[in-house]
Amino acid sequence: MSEHELRVSKIRDGTVIDHISGGQALNVLAILDIDGTGGEEVSIGMNVPSDRLGRKDIVKVEGRELSQDEVDVLSLIAPEATINIVRDYDVVDKHRLERPAEVTGVLTCPNRNCISTDDEPIDSKFAVLPDGVRCEYCETIVRDGIPDLIDSA
Amino acid sequence: MRHDHLVTAKQLSRADIETVLDRAAEIDADPGAFRDRHAGALLGLLFFEPSTRTKMSFEAAIKRLGGDVVDMGSVESSSVKKGESLADTVRVIEGYADALVLRHPRQGAAKMTGEYVDVPLLNAGDGAGHHPTQTLLDLYTIRENAGLDDLTIGIMGDLKYGRTVHSLAHALTNFDAHQHFISPESLKLPRSVRYDLHEAGASVREHTELETVLSDLDVLYVTRIQRERFPDENEYHAIAGEYQVDADTLAAAKDDLTVMHPLPRVDEIAADVDDTDHATYFEQAHNGVPVRMALLDLLLGDSA
Ligand SMILES: [Zn+2]
Repeated sequence: MSEHELRVSKIRDGTVIDHISGGQALNVLAILDIDGTGGEEVSIGMNVPSDRLGRKDIVKVEGRELSQDEVDVLSLIAPEATINIVRDYDVVDKHRLERPAEVTGVLTCPNRNCISTDDEPIDSKFAVLPDGVRCEYCETIVRDGIPDLIDSA
Repeated sequence: MRHDHLVTAKQLSRADIETVLDRAAEIDADPGAFRDRHAGALLGLLFFEPSTRTKMSFEAAIKRLGGDVVDMGSVESSSVKKGESLADTVRVIEGYADALVLRHPRQGAAKMTGEYVDVPLLNAGDGAGHHPTQTLLDLYTIRENAGLDDLTIGIMGDLKYGRTVHSLAHALTNFDAHQHFISPESLKLPRSVRYDLHEAGASVREHTELETVLSDLDVLYVTRIQRERFPDENEYHAIAGEYQVDADTLAAAKDDLTVMHPLPRVDEIAADVDDTDHATYFEQAHNGVPVRMALLDLLLGDSA
Protein backbone atom coordinates (compact mmCIF):
# COMPACT_ATOMS: atom_id res chain seq x y z
CA MET A 1 0.00 0.00 0.00
CA SER A 2 1.47 3.35 -1.02
CA GLU A 3 2.03 6.29 1.24
CA HIS A 4 -0.75 8.27 -0.44
CA GLU A 5 -3.32 5.62 0.15
CA LEU A 6 -2.43 5.57 3.81
CA ARG A 7 -3.92 9.04 4.07
CA VAL A 8 -7.25 7.32 4.01
CA SER A 9 -7.72 5.02 6.95
CA LYS A 10 -7.83 1.27 6.53
CA ILE A 11 -11.15 -0.46 6.83
CA ARG A 12 -11.96 -3.71 8.51
CA ASP A 13 -14.78 -5.12 6.38
CA GLY A 14 -16.23 -3.52 3.33
CA THR A 15 -15.30 -2.19 -0.08
CA VAL A 16 -12.51 0.00 -1.36
CA ILE A 17 -13.22 1.57 -4.71
CA ASP A 18 -9.90 2.70 -6.08
CA HIS A 19 -8.74 4.42 -9.27
CA ILE A 20 -11.88 6.48 -9.60
CA SER A 21 -11.37 9.28 -12.16
CA GLY A 22 -10.37 12.44 -10.29
CA GLY A 23 -13.38 14.43 -9.09
CA GLN A 24 -15.91 11.59 -9.38
CA ALA A 25 -15.88 10.45 -5.75
CA LEU A 26 -19.04 12.31 -4.80
CA ASN A 27 -20.82 10.82 -7.79
CA VAL A 28 -19.71 7.40 -6.65
CA LEU A 29 -21.28 8.10 -3.26
CA ALA A 30 -24.46 9.18 -5.04
CA ILE A 31 -24.54 5.87 -6.91
CA LEU A 32 -24.14 4.02 -3.62
CA ASP A 33 -26.92 6.20 -2.23
CA ILE A 34 -24.65 7.38 0.56
CA ASP A 35 -25.20 10.90 1.82
CA GLY A 36 -24.05 10.46 5.41
CA THR A 37 -27.52 10.36 6.92
CA GLY A 38 -27.49 6.56 7.03
CA GLY A 39 -24.59 6.57 9.48
CA GLU A 40 -22.24 4.70 7.12
CA GLU A 41 -18.56 4.89 7.89
CA VAL A 42 -16.98 6.26 4.72
CA SER A 43 -13.52 7.57 3.89
CA ILE A 44 -12.87 9.57 0.77
CA GLY A 45 -9.66 10.62 -0.92
CA MET A 46 -9.96 13.12 -3.70
CA ASN A 47 -7.39 14.03 -6.32
CA VAL A 48 -4.78 11.77 -4.84
CA PRO A 49 -1.68 11.44 -7.08
CA SER A 50 -1.82 8.25 -9.14
CA ASP A 51 0.68 6.64 -11.50
CA ARG A 52 -2.06 5.35 -13.75
CA LEU A 53 -4.50 8.25 -13.79
CA GLY A 54 -2.46 11.28 -12.77
CA ARG A 55 -5.06 12.12 -10.16
CA LYS A 56 -7.55 9.71 -8.77
CA ASP A 57 -10.26 9.50 -6.14
CA ILE A 58 -10.69 6.67 -3.71
CA VAL A 59 -13.73 5.69 -1.63
CA LYS A 60 -13.73 3.24 1.25
CA VAL A 61 -17.02 2.04 2.66
CA GLU A 62 -17.06 0.12 5.92
CA GLY A 63 -19.41 -2.83 6.24
CA ARG A 64 -20.81 -2.84 2.77
CA GLU A 65 -20.29 -4.89 -0.40
CA LEU A 66 -21.68 -3.62 -3.68
CA SER A 67 -24.60 -4.96 -5.67
CA GLN A 68 -24.20 -5.76 -9.35
CA ASP A 69 -26.43 -2.80 -10.27
CA GLU A 70 -24.18 -0.47 -8.35
CA VAL A 71 -21.09 -1.93 -9.96
CA ASP A 72 -22.67 -1.56 -13.42
CA VAL A 73 -23.42 2.10 -12.92
CA LEU A 74 -20.03 2.77 -11.36
CA SER A 75 -18.42 1.44 -14.50
CA LEU A 76 -20.16 4.17 -16.50
CA ILE A 77 -18.64 7.07 -14.60
CA ALA A 78 -15.41 5.47 -13.39
CA PRO A 79 -14.39 2.97 -16.07
CA GLU A 80 -10.86 2.65 -14.65
CA ALA A 81 -11.95 1.89 -11.12
CA THR A 82 -10.96 -1.22 -9.18
CA ILE A 83 -13.09 -2.82 -6.52
CA ASN A 84 -11.40 -4.34 -3.48
CA ILE A 85 -13.46 -6.42 -1.12
CA VAL A 86 -11.97 -6.27 2.36
CA ARG A 87 -12.62 -8.78 5.12
CA ASP A 88 -10.85 -8.53 8.45
CA TYR A 89 -8.41 -5.95 7.04
CA ASP A 90 -7.41 -8.21 4.15
CA VAL A 91 -8.24 -7.65 0.51
CA VAL A 92 -9.97 -10.93 -0.35
CA ASP A 93 -11.08 -9.99 -3.86
CA LYS A 94 -9.84 -7.36 -6.26
CA HIS A 95 -11.20 -6.73 -9.72
CA ARG A 96 -11.50 -4.11 -12.44
CA LEU A 97 -14.90 -2.92 -13.47
CA GLU A 98 -16.37 -4.29 -16.65
CA ARG A 99 -18.73 -2.17 -18.62
CA PRO A 100 -22.01 -4.01 -19.11
CA ALA A 101 -23.77 -4.02 -22.50
CA GLU A 102 -26.82 -2.50 -20.88
CA VAL A 103 -28.09 -1.28 -17.52
CA THR A 104 -31.66 -1.93 -16.47
CA GLY A 105 -33.70 -0.15 -13.84
CA VAL A 106 -30.94 2.03 -12.43
CA LEU A 107 -31.06 5.21 -14.52
CA THR A 108 -34.02 7.47 -15.27
CA CYS A 109 -34.32 8.73 -18.83
CA PRO A 110 -33.83 12.51 -19.04
CA ASN A 111 -36.36 12.76 -21.89
CA ARG A 112 -39.59 13.64 -20.15
CA ASN A 113 -41.56 12.47 -23.16
CA CYS A 114 -40.06 8.98 -22.96
CA ILE A 115 -42.49 6.12 -22.27
CA SER A 116 -40.08 4.72 -19.66
CA THR A 117 -40.69 7.78 -17.46
CA ASP A 118 -44.45 7.11 -17.48
CA ASP A 119 -46.29 5.01 -14.99
CA GLU A 120 -45.88 1.81 -17.02
CA PRO A 121 -44.78 -1.61 -15.72
CA ILE A 122 -41.36 -1.42 -17.40
CA ASP A 123 -37.85 -0.81 -16.12
CA SER A 124 -35.71 1.82 -17.73
CA LYS A 125 -33.16 0.24 -20.03
CA PHE A 126 -29.99 1.86 -21.34
CA ALA A 127 -27.48 0.50 -23.82
CA VAL A 128 -23.90 1.31 -22.85
CA LEU A 129 -22.02 3.11 -25.62
CA PRO A 130 -18.26 3.66 -25.71
CA ASP A 131 -18.79 7.20 -24.48
CA GLY A 132 -22.19 7.29 -22.81
CA VAL A 133 -25.52 5.56 -22.52
CA ARG A 134 -28.58 5.39 -24.73
CA CYS A 135 -32.20 4.86 -23.72
CA GLU A 136 -33.53 1.71 -25.36
CA TYR A 137 -37.02 3.22 -25.54
CA CYS A 138 -36.65 6.77 -26.84
CA GLU A 139 -33.01 6.41 -28.02
CA THR A 140 -31.84 9.56 -26.27
CA ILE A 141 -28.05 9.51 -25.88
CA VAL A 142 -26.52 10.85 -22.67
CA ARG A 143 -22.80 11.50 -22.48
CA ASP A 144 -22.46 13.95 -19.59
CA GLY A 145 -24.40 14.01 -16.37
CA ILE A 146 -24.99 10.26 -16.07
CA PRO A 147 -24.85 10.40 -12.23
CA ASP A 148 -27.81 12.80 -12.33
CA LEU A 149 -29.90 10.04 -13.90
CA ILE A 150 -29.40 7.55 -11.12
CA ASP A 151 -32.68 6.41 -9.66
CA SER A 152 -32.88 7.49 -6.06
CA ALA A 153 -34.93 4.47 -5.12
CA MET B 1 -40.35 -10.04 -43.73
CA ARG B 2 -38.57 -11.42 -40.70
CA HIS B 3 -40.19 -9.10 -38.18
CA ASP B 4 -43.60 -9.36 -36.65
CA HIS B 5 -43.53 -5.81 -35.36
CA LEU B 6 -42.61 -2.72 -37.30
CA VAL B 7 -41.41 -0.32 -34.63
CA THR B 8 -38.61 1.58 -36.32
CA ALA B 9 -37.27 1.99 -39.83
CA LYS B 10 -33.91 0.92 -38.45
CA GLN B 11 -35.03 -2.70 -38.33
CA LEU B 12 -35.70 -2.73 -42.08
CA SER B 13 -33.04 -4.20 -44.32
CA ARG B 14 -32.80 -3.34 -47.97
CA ALA B 15 -34.42 -6.67 -48.79
CA ASP B 16 -37.32 -5.96 -46.39
CA ILE B 17 -37.89 -2.57 -47.98
CA GLU B 18 -37.78 -3.97 -51.50
CA THR B 19 -40.22 -6.73 -50.58
CA VAL B 20 -42.76 -4.17 -49.36
CA LEU B 21 -42.24 -1.79 -52.28
CA ASP B 22 -42.48 -4.58 -54.84
CA ARG B 23 -45.71 -5.81 -53.28
CA ALA B 24 -47.07 -2.25 -53.29
CA ALA B 25 -46.24 -1.97 -56.98
CA GLU B 26 -48.12 -5.22 -57.65
CA ILE B 27 -51.12 -3.85 -55.77
CA ASP B 28 -50.94 -0.57 -57.68
CA ALA B 29 -50.87 -2.47 -60.95
CA ASP B 30 -53.82 -4.73 -60.15
CA PRO B 31 -55.77 -3.70 -57.05
CA GLY B 32 -58.62 -6.12 -57.85
CA ALA B 33 -56.33 -9.12 -57.35
CA PHE B 34 -55.96 -8.20 -53.68
CA ARG B 35 -59.57 -7.33 -52.97
CA ASP B 36 -60.55 -10.21 -50.70
CA ARG B 37 -57.12 -11.41 -49.82
CA HIS B 38 -57.66 -10.82 -46.09
CA ALA B 39 -61.41 -11.17 -45.77
CA GLY B 40 -62.33 -11.31 -42.10
CA ALA B 41 -59.04 -9.85 -40.84
CA LEU B 42 -59.41 -7.25 -38.13
CA LEU B 43 -56.98 -4.42 -37.64
CA GLY B 44 -56.97 -2.77 -34.20
CA LEU B 45 -56.53 0.98 -34.32
CA LEU B 46 -55.00 2.47 -31.18
CA PHE B 47 -54.67 6.18 -31.74
CA PHE B 48 -53.69 7.85 -28.50
CA GLU B 49 -53.33 11.12 -30.34
CA PRO B 50 -55.47 12.25 -33.25
CA SER B 51 -54.22 11.70 -36.79
CA THR B 52 -57.13 11.54 -39.16
CA ARG B 53 -55.15 10.86 -42.32
CA THR B 54 -52.84 8.17 -41.04
CA LYS B 55 -55.79 6.46 -39.42
CA MET B 56 -57.94 6.70 -42.55
CA SER B 57 -55.19 5.37 -44.74
CA PHE B 58 -54.79 2.28 -42.54
CA GLU B 59 -58.55 1.89 -42.53
CA ALA B 60 -58.71 2.16 -46.32
CA ALA B 61 -55.85 -0.30 -46.67
CA ILE B 62 -57.36 -3.08 -44.55
CA LYS B 63 -60.84 -2.58 -46.06
CA ARG B 64 -59.45 -2.81 -49.59
CA LEU B 65 -57.94 -6.14 -48.57
CA GLY B 66 -61.37 -7.35 -47.47
CA GLY B 67 -60.80 -6.85 -43.74
CA ASP B 68 -62.15 -4.38 -41.22
CA VAL B 69 -61.07 -2.32 -38.23
CA VAL B 70 -61.79 -2.29 -34.54
CA ASP B 71 -61.19 1.19 -33.25
CA MET B 72 -60.37 2.17 -29.69
CA GLY B 73 -61.99 5.54 -30.37
CA SER B 74 -60.77 8.76 -28.87
CA VAL B 75 -58.70 8.65 -25.72
CA GLU B 76 -61.14 10.96 -23.97
CA SER B 77 -63.87 8.33 -24.04
CA SER B 78 -61.72 5.32 -23.15
CA SER B 79 -60.47 3.72 -19.96
CA VAL B 80 -57.08 5.30 -20.64
CA LYS B 81 -58.58 8.47 -19.35
CA LYS B 82 -59.18 6.64 -16.09
CA GLY B 83 -55.47 6.04 -15.70
CA GLU B 84 -55.06 2.57 -17.20
CA SER B 85 -51.50 1.93 -18.34
CA LEU B 86 -50.70 1.52 -22.01
CA ALA B 87 -49.30 -1.94 -21.25
CA ASP B 88 -52.67 -3.03 -19.86
CA THR B 89 -54.69 -1.45 -22.65
CA VAL B 90 -52.75 -3.15 -25.43
CA ARG B 91 -52.78 -6.55 -23.75
CA VAL B 92 -56.57 -6.42 -23.68
CA ILE B 93 -57.05 -5.08 -27.17
CA GLU B 94 -54.64 -7.53 -28.81
CA GLY B 95 -57.30 -10.16 -28.14
CA TYR B 96 -59.71 -8.33 -30.44
CA ALA B 97 -57.56 -8.00 -33.54
CA ASP B 98 -55.18 -9.79 -35.92
CA ALA B 99 -52.79 -6.85 -35.99
CA LEU B 100 -52.48 -3.51 -34.19
CA VAL B 101 -51.63 -0.01 -35.30
CA LEU B 102 -50.36 2.31 -32.57
CA ARG B 103 -50.07 6.07 -32.58
CA HIS B 104 -48.88 7.51 -29.28
CA PRO B 105 -47.52 10.85 -28.10
CA ARG B 106 -44.70 9.27 -26.08
CA GLN B 107 -41.35 8.27 -27.59
CA GLY B 108 -40.67 4.58 -27.21
CA ALA B 109 -44.37 3.69 -26.80
CA ALA B 110 -44.29 1.33 -29.78
CA LYS B 111 -41.12 -0.37 -28.60
CA MET B 112 -42.70 -0.99 -25.21
CA THR B 113 -45.98 -2.19 -26.70
CA GLY B 114 -44.08 -4.65 -28.86
CA GLU B 115 -42.80 -6.26 -25.67
CA TYR B 116 -46.36 -6.96 -24.54
CA VAL B 117 -48.27 -8.11 -27.60
CA ASP B 118 -47.94 -11.15 -29.83
CA VAL B 119 -50.00 -9.99 -32.82
CA PRO B 120 -48.09 -7.89 -35.38
CA LEU B 121 -47.73 -4.27 -34.29
CA LEU B 122 -47.27 -1.31 -36.61
CA ASN B 123 -45.87 1.91 -35.20
CA ALA B 124 -47.81 4.79 -36.74
CA GLY B 125 -45.80 7.45 -34.92
CA ASP B 126 -44.49 7.66 -31.35
CA GLY B 127 -43.79 11.22 -30.28
CA ALA B 128 -40.67 12.56 -31.94
CA GLY B 129 -39.49 8.97 -32.40
CA HIS B 130 -40.35 6.92 -35.47
CA HIS B 131 -42.92 6.66 -38.23
CA PRO B 132 -41.80 3.72 -40.33
CA THR B 133 -44.91 3.23 -42.48
CA GLN B 134 -44.59 6.85 -43.61
CA THR B 135 -41.00 6.03 -44.52
CA LEU B 136 -42.06 3.08 -46.65
CA LEU B 137 -44.47 5.22 -48.63
CA ASP B 138 -41.79 7.90 -48.95
CA LEU B 139 -39.35 5.31 -50.28
CA TYR B 140 -41.97 3.99 -52.69
CA THR B 141 -42.50 7.50 -54.02
CA ILE B 142 -38.77 8.15 -54.30
CA ARG B 143 -38.21 4.86 -56.12
CA GLU B 144 -40.99 5.64 -58.61
CA ASN B 145 -39.70 9.13 -59.32
CA ALA B 146 -35.94 9.18 -58.87
CA GLY B 147 -34.77 5.66 -58.04
CA LEU B 148 -33.17 4.66 -54.76
CA ASP B 149 -29.59 4.23 -55.90
CA ASP B 150 -27.13 6.95 -56.71
CA LEU B 151 -29.65 9.28 -55.12
CA THR B 152 -28.88 12.77 -53.85
CA ILE B 153 -31.59 13.87 -51.47
CA GLY B 154 -32.06 17.07 -49.50
CA ILE B 155 -34.14 16.84 -46.33
CA MET B 156 -35.18 20.24 -45.07
CA GLY B 157 -37.12 21.81 -42.19
CA ASP B 158 -37.54 20.63 -38.62
CA LEU B 159 -35.03 17.83 -38.45
CA LYS B 160 -34.92 17.76 -34.68
CA TYR B 161 -38.49 16.77 -33.91
CA GLY B 162 -39.47 15.40 -37.31
CA ARG B 163 -39.99 11.68 -36.83
CA THR B 164 -40.66 11.15 -40.53
CA VAL B 165 -37.21 12.58 -41.19
CA HIS B 166 -35.54 10.32 -38.65
CA SER B 167 -37.15 7.19 -40.05
CA LEU B 168 -36.40 8.16 -43.66
CA ALA B 169 -32.76 8.94 -42.88
CA HIS B 170 -32.30 5.53 -41.24
CA ALA B 171 -33.94 3.69 -44.11
CA LEU B 172 -31.88 5.48 -46.75
CA THR B 173 -28.68 4.12 -45.23
CA ASN B 174 -29.60 0.84 -46.96
CA PHE B 175 -29.14 2.50 -50.34
CA ASP B 176 -26.47 4.39 -52.18
CA ALA B 177 -27.92 7.72 -51.10
CA HIS B 178 -26.18 11.00 -50.34
CA GLN B 179 -28.19 12.77 -47.68
CA HIS B 180 -28.08 16.54 -47.24
CA PHE B 181 -29.81 17.92 -44.17
CA ILE B 182 -30.90 21.54 -44.34
CA SER B 183 -32.23 23.25 -41.23
CA PRO B 184 -31.78 26.14 -38.85
CA GLU B 185 -29.08 25.50 -36.27
CA SER B 186 -31.67 25.05 -33.50
CA LEU B 187 -33.55 22.31 -35.39
CA LYS B 188 -30.64 20.14 -36.51
CA LEU B 189 -30.82 16.34 -36.41
CA PRO B 190 -30.78 14.99 -32.86
CA ARG B 191 -27.62 13.41 -31.53
CA SER B 192 -29.13 9.91 -31.54
CA VAL B 193 -29.97 10.05 -35.25
CA ARG B 194 -26.56 11.42 -36.16
CA TYR B 195 -25.02 8.63 -34.11
CA ASP B 196 -26.95 5.98 -36.04
CA LEU B 197 -26.18 7.51 -39.42
CA HIS B 198 -22.52 7.63 -38.51
CA GLU B 199 -22.60 4.01 -37.31
CA ALA B 200 -24.27 2.98 -40.57
CA GLY B 201 -21.52 4.74 -42.53
CA ALA B 202 -24.03 6.98 -44.29
CA SER B 203 -23.00 9.82 -46.54
CA VAL B 204 -24.40 12.80 -44.67
CA ARG B 205 -23.88 16.56 -44.86
CA GLU B 206 -25.56 19.28 -42.84
CA HIS B 207 -26.34 22.75 -44.14
CA THR B 208 -28.18 25.84 -43.02
CA GLU B 209 -29.05 27.07 -46.51
CA LEU B 210 -30.85 25.26 -49.30
CA GLU B 211 -29.06 27.12 -52.08
CA THR B 212 -25.76 25.49 -51.14
CA VAL B 213 -27.00 22.13 -52.42
CA LEU B 214 -30.22 22.69 -54.35
CA SER B 215 -28.73 22.23 -57.83
CA ASP B 216 -27.28 18.80 -56.90
CA LEU B 217 -30.52 17.30 -55.62
CA ASP B 218 -32.67 14.60 -57.20
CA VAL B 219 -35.19 14.81 -54.35
CA LEU B 220 -36.06 17.62 -51.96
CA TYR B 221 -38.04 16.42 -48.93
CA VAL B 222 -39.57 19.35 -47.08
CA THR B 223 -41.04 19.23 -43.59
CA ARG B 224 -42.92 21.79 -41.57
CA ILE B 225 -41.27 23.95 -38.95
CA GLN B 226 -43.77 24.09 -36.12
CA ARG B 227 -44.66 27.33 -34.46
CA GLU B 228 -44.86 25.73 -31.03
CA ARG B 229 -41.13 24.98 -31.14
CA PHE B 230 -40.45 28.70 -30.72
CA PRO B 231 -41.26 30.75 -27.65
CA ASP B 232 -41.45 33.89 -29.75
CA GLU B 233 -43.73 34.34 -32.76
CA ASN B 234 -41.32 36.72 -34.52
CA GLU B 235 -38.45 34.31 -34.20
CA TYR B 236 -40.62 31.59 -35.70
CA HIS B 237 -41.52 33.73 -38.71
CA ALA B 238 -37.94 34.83 -39.29
CA ILE B 239 -36.67 31.25 -39.29
CA ALA B 240 -39.55 29.51 -41.06
CA GLY B 241 -39.39 32.10 -43.86
CA GLU B 242 -35.89 30.97 -44.78
CA TYR B 243 -37.01 27.40 -45.29
CA GLN B 244 -39.85 27.99 -47.71
CA VAL B 245 -39.71 27.05 -51.35
CA ASP B 246 -41.69 28.46 -54.25
CA ALA B 247 -41.51 28.07 -58.02
CA ASP B 248 -38.82 30.76 -58.22
CA THR B 249 -36.61 28.99 -55.69
CA LEU B 250 -36.82 25.84 -57.77
CA ALA B 251 -35.67 27.57 -60.96
CA ALA B 252 -32.12 26.77 -59.80
CA ALA B 253 -32.92 23.07 -59.39
CA LYS B 254 -32.54 20.16 -61.81
CA ASP B 255 -35.49 19.86 -64.20
CA ASP B 256 -36.38 16.47 -62.81
CA LEU B 257 -36.12 17.40 -59.12
CA THR B 258 -38.82 15.60 -57.12
CA VAL B 259 -40.30 17.71 -54.30
CA MET B 260 -41.90 15.75 -51.46
CA HIS B 261 -43.63 16.59 -48.18
CA PRO B 262 -45.31 14.28 -45.63
CA LEU B 263 -48.27 16.75 -45.44
CA PRO B 264 -50.08 18.62 -44.10
CA ARG B 265 -48.12 21.65 -45.24
CA VAL B 266 -48.69 25.19 -44.09
CA ASP B 267 -46.66 27.57 -46.23
CA GLU B 268 -43.28 25.89 -46.51
CA ILE B 269 -44.13 24.90 -50.08
CA ALA B 270 -45.90 27.69 -51.94
CA ALA B 271 -49.00 26.84 -53.96
CA ASP B 272 -47.24 27.80 -57.21
CA VAL B 273 -45.04 24.71 -56.85
CA ASP B 274 -48.15 22.53 -57.20
CA ASP B 275 -48.36 23.37 -60.90
CA THR B 276 -44.75 22.42 -61.63
CA ASP B 277 -43.51 18.96 -62.57
CA HIS B 278 -41.56 18.95 -59.32
CA ALA B 279 -44.62 18.58 -57.09
CA THR B 280 -44.94 14.98 -55.93
CA TYR B 281 -46.50 15.36 -52.46
CA PHE B 282 -50.07 14.49 -53.41
CA GLU B 283 -48.89 11.41 -55.28
CA GLN B 284 -46.84 10.61 -52.17
CA ALA B 285 -49.94 10.86 -49.97
CA HIS B 286 -51.91 8.59 -52.32
CA ASN B 287 -49.16 6.00 -52.12
CA GLY B 288 -50.00 5.55 -48.44
CA VAL B 289 -52.81 3.13 -49.17
CA PRO B 290 -51.05 0.66 -51.52
CA VAL B 291 -47.94 0.69 -49.35
CA ARG B 292 -49.92 0.03 -46.18
CA MET B 293 -51.89 -2.66 -48.03
CA ALA B 294 -48.60 -4.28 -48.99
CA LEU B 295 -47.32 -4.15 -45.45
CA LEU B 296 -50.51 -5.57 -43.98
CA ASP B 297 -50.61 -8.25 -46.65
CA LEU B 298 -47.08 -9.33 -45.72
CA LEU B 299 -47.66 -9.16 -41.97
CA LEU B 300 -50.99 -10.94 -41.98
CA GLY B 301 -49.63 -13.62 -44.30
CA ASP B 302 -51.94 -16.57 -44.70
CA SER B 303 -53.25 -16.28 -41.16
CA ALA B 304 -56.48 -14.54 -42.06
ZN1 LIG C 1 -35.92 7.37 -22.93
